[in-house]
Amino acid sequence: MELDIRVEKDNDQIAIFLTGEIDAFTAPKLKEELAKCTVQSGKIIQVDLEQVEYMDSTGLGIFIGALKSAKEHDSSLKLVHLQDRVFRLFKITGLDEIMDIKPVIQGGKQ
Amino acid sequence: MEVLDFIEMRVPAKAEYVGVVRLTVSGIASRMGFSYEDIEDLKIAISEAITNAVTHAYSEEDKGEITIGFGVYENRLEIMVADHGGSFNLNKIKDGIGPYNHNEPIENLREGGFGLFLINALMDKVEINNKFGVIVLMTKYIDEAEVGFDDQISTTQ
Repeated sequence: MELDIRVEKDNDQIAIFLTGEIDAFTAPKLKEELAKCTVQSGKIIQVDLEQVEYMDSTGLGIFIGALKSAKEHDSSLKLVHLQDRVFRLFKITGLDEIMDIKPVIQGGKQ
Repeated sequence: MEVLDFIEMRVPAKAEYVGVVRLTVSGIASRMGFSYEDIEDLKIAISEAITNAVTHAYSEEDKGEITIGFGVYENRLEIMVADHGGSFNLNKIKDGIGPYNHNEPIENLREGGFGLFLINALMDKVEINNKFGVIVLMTKYIDEAEVGFDDQISTTQ
């Protein structure tokens, strides 16, 4: 029940790799790490959720917050490699229409 | 139909324990024969309810405990989540419970934003009672063919 966060920076590109579970316990740490990236201006932020096995609405809230913050700072936020179960939450809530999301296609990276 | 087994657990109203309760529901549901997909739904729904209760307990400076009850039936699992430390009186609680009314101000449940919405979407039946603190009663059926009132509950918007 942990969440590991790895951040890789390359000029304007920031890649964030998440491993583990996103829930009320791990959310504050994720929020803090994402905020550090989204307050920078003109960045292209990509969050890789391939290794996220569990996520609930606390995760949705955090990504909405991160998206708002990124937009305010002229940065972009994209979620990639979401597992079906995680992507489903974005679909149910209609957030897949608002956010830039690329799920995993049929069990493999597209 | 009579309840086959009733399991009750009490955890501190802290985010650390959301995962513990999630593992518990996974174990119970797996033993009952729920599908992998349904177990995932149950894990999310119960986490949402606990997260709401954690938020509520903190803001109210309550006793700081959450009580969770699992009613195991032949065809379904009923889960109760109460944001107070008191024990359940199953029948008493069920008497006072009704469908969730969107016009009712339940600030603490709304705080999670999508929490209750997801519970509604993932469970077959959801009822809220806020007479004794906030109690969420949610049901999931093992056989999907048994679900007759799914749409009625989940499309309240």
